Formats: sequence, structure tokens, C-alpha cells
Amino acid sequence: MASYNTSQFRKGLKVQLDGDPYLMIECNFVKPGKGQALYKCKLRNLLRDTVLDRTYKSGDSLDAADIEEIQAQFLYRQGEQFFFMENETFEQYELGMDQVDEAWMYLKEGMTVSMLLFNNKPIGVTPPNHVVLKVEYCEPAVRGNTATNVTKPAKVDTGAEITVPNFVETGDMIKVDTRTGEYIERVK
Amino acid sequence: MEPTAPDPASAEFRPTATWRVLRQRAELLRRLRDFFHARGMLEVETPILSADTVVDRHLDPFCVAVDSAGARAGFLQTSPEFAMKRLLAAGGPSMYQVARVFRQDELGPLHNPEFTMVEWYRLGDGLLEAMQFTSDLAETLLGRGPAERLSYAEAFVRHVGLDPHRAPTAELMAAARRLRVVAPESLGVEDRDGWLDLLLAECVQPHLGCSAPAIVYDYPASQSALARVRPGVPPLAERFELYASGIELANGYHELLDAQELRRRIAETNTQRVADGKPALPPENRLLAAMQAGLPPMSGVALGFDRLVMLAVGASSLAEVIAFPFDRA
Repeated sequence: MASYNTSQFRKGLKVQLDGDPYLMIECNFVKPGKGQALYKCKLRNLLRDTVLDRTYKSGDSLDAADIEEIQAQFLYRQGEQFFFMENETFEQYELGMDQVDEAWMYLKEGMTVSMLLFNNKPIGVTPPNHVVLKVEYCEPAVRGNTATNVTKPAKVDTGAEITVPNFVETGDMIKVDTRTGEYIERVK
Repeated sequence: MEPTAPDPASAEFRPTATWRVLRQRAELLRRLRDFFHARGMLEVETPILSADTVVDRHLDPFCVAVDSAGARAGFLQTSPEFAMKRLLAAGGPSMYQVARVFRQDELGPLHNPEFTMVEWYRLGDGLLEAMQFTSDLAETLLGRGPAERLSYAEAFVRHVGLDPHRAPTAELMAAARRLRVVAPESLGVEDRDGWLDLLLAECVQPHLGCSAPAIVYDYPASQSALARVRPGVPPLAERFELYASGIELANGYHELLDAQELRRRIAETNTQRVADGKPALPPENRLLAAMQAGLPPMSGVALGFDRLVMLAVGASSLAEVIAFPFDRA
């Protein structure tokens, strides 16, 4: 298995610890006086989203995680199961709700997402930063109130609820930022 | 600091330091030279590329091919120490140098693999005189007053609550756990200096030089490098470090003069390097010959000029004070 020596440690490295894949989200180089170099790292578990603090000394190494990012199309949802197909190989993948996580709110049939594979098994999906969703139902706009700081919930076509400004109507198409879950604008 | 924000690739030709800081850096360099000149010290220049290299357990030199056939290798200096001591053995006066030095793998907000070191030697100075001179230099360039002095032992008693010379290694390990220091799993009970270094870096150093600069002196004999060891119980290395705002700025020695002792330390250090999985470095060098010919009694100090500039201008990373740090060099 490939491994990384401390001299290769940097932010963004994907490593494996106790069988789980981790992303190095911070790596601080510390060297006291004439002493040994220390690498103070923060590692995010890509399966559980927990963060570990670990310190390594020069000469230590970590196993590389076999992580691959692929582009896949969302096919359909069946209850708590989500089905995807890799764009190039047509390989199909089935993911559960815990793997899809909050991305379920933005998944529309035919949408291309990026999918992370760990040892060739899917561990998560990331939708495009911006998606357009259809408002299936929201309370009618209060007439005369055009202030944009008045908000209300809107049910969209994926089944999710998005907070929108007061002027949005049922049937509108809205653009949403999938990283924050925030409404951006109404699209025609 | 306008140009330090993450830049698109097209802006990578630009310096990471502002013109205001680069002018301040030039002014500090001028004042530093004035300081040495006013004290009658000679500025010298020695080779950056040398057949000899300092043998240190935790310093890895850049090894470069000297001829195009690759038949001969040389080292980029990790400090100008060897060459300056050869000048002193050959009858040189008190002297200083502003040198570019190179260290593999040292990269971070406070480290750049290529950096500017100011190194000086003063004939006849002992540990006390060397600490006073270093404090005067820091006071002149940083303007935060003279340095407070505390021994390595006092620093540990104050910030870790134990005697670093006498506490068993198991007690150092327990202190690290108590103070919630995340220790490397590979750091074992056999590596006493490793635990001392970890506690110093994590629990002591952040508190040093918070208002006025601080000088820590009298290190464990096992960390003497090229300093004299003063006999006693325990024996102590006549070595000191200067800190400001929790950042190490300089390291000084009351210099070891005994060639046989240096030869012994080089052999021991090479054994440790090989055990650490690193290449041994050449055991013989021209410094040993210079020491056999006779080095005068003296103290020597090395100061990281980039870090000094960083603190003087109120920056928090070397990239703010170096025009082109390593990833843009």
C-alpha cells in the first residue's frame, strides 16, 4: 500500500487510519530549538465526519487512502435508497440515506454529482454548488410586503423544505446554494 | 497585507510581501549592520556550497551534485558555523555574517527551507556576555526592552511543574497527558529529549517573550550540539535561546573548543541519525582540523532574520516578509 512520509504531509492529503479514510484538513509544522520536527495535524473522518487531532514526528508515515472521485448521474430514489450511474462506465451504485446525507435535498433525476469512492465503494456524494428547484407549495405572498428579510418555508420538488423570501410563489423555480442550503434567486 | 490572500495561478509571479514590508526589511538589515559595525565587528562572507556540513540529528542539508557527471556531491550550508570558525581559528577577529542557509523539509508559517541567518562570534565572550549582547541586539531592533532571563529548569518548573533535569521520563510523559498535549504515538519512553522537546514546544515556548523578549539558558547536556558542557550535577550545556512572542529567534553557544569531543559528538549523532532512518553525514571536516589548530575561547549566536523582521513589522507568517517564499521560489 502506498504511504506518505511526514515530509509529504500537507493539507488535502487523503490517508487511512484504523481502516477509515481521513482527509488532512490542517497540518502545522513545529520545530523546537535543536529538536525534532513535529507535524500537528487535524484529520477529518470521511465516513463519520468526526475530526481527530494527531501529532506526528519526522520520519513517521501514514497509509494513503484509496480514494477516487468520479462523476455520476442521479437516477432515482426508492424510499431511503438512492441510485446513481457512473457517467463513463455506466456502473451503477446504490447509496443509503446516511451516505447521501444532506445532499438528498438537492438531488433531481438526471443531475450529475461528484461521488467519492473508498476502496471502490461509494462513501458520499456532492451535488453541484448551485441547483434549480421547483416550489411545489408555499404560503401565498403577503400583499404589499416586498421586504426581502421576511421569509417563509417552501416545499420543493425533491421533498425538501427551503427558506425563501416572502415574494416567492408556488410554481416558481428557485436557485439554491447546496453548500449552505440558502436561497439565492428566482429563475424564469 | 493586500497581496497575501490566495491568488489565482496567474498572480503567482507576484511577491507575497508588500512593498511597505520589503522596505521595512531593508531598513532593519541596514540597522542590523550598523549595530555590528558600531561594535567593531567584521562582516564576512563564506561559501554557501561546501564539501563539509554540520552533523545534527534533526537537520537535513540539501545535497547537490557539484559536477555535471554527478561524481562529487556538496552540501548547501544549514548554517555558516563551520566556515566562520575556520576563519576564527586562522586568527580572525570578532565577526558576523548575513547568510542564506538551507534546511530540507522545514516548511510552515514560521519555516522556509531557504532563509536568512545572521550569525556572529565574539572572542572572549562567555555565556553571560553572549546573552547580554543578544539582548542588546533584540532591544535595538525590536524595541521591546531588554530580554528577561530564565534557566531551562526555571522555565519547566514554571510552565510544566517539574524539574527537566531530574524528573524520570515517565513523569514527563504523565505531564504531557495532564496538560492535554497530543503526543506522537511513535514517541517512546527511550526518547527523553523527544519528550522534553514536545513539552518545551507545546507548554513552555508559547509563554516565552510575551511582553519583553526572553532568554532561556543552561540546556540539558544531551542537547548541547556545539556548546560547551559545564561539569556539575547535573552537567549543563552552555547554550541559550532567545524568544519573542513565543517564537524562537536565536540560539547561542559558549563554543566547544575540543576537537576530540566534537569528533565523539559527530559519531554519536550519526549513530542516532541512522537509527532514525536518515543518512549519516561526513564525520570528517575542516572544522575538526581548525579546532586541532586551536579555536580561541568565544561565544557564537545564530539569529533567524526573517522571523525578526516578522515580529518587528507585526506580521504572523514568514510569507508576509519574504518576497518569494518556497512555493513561489
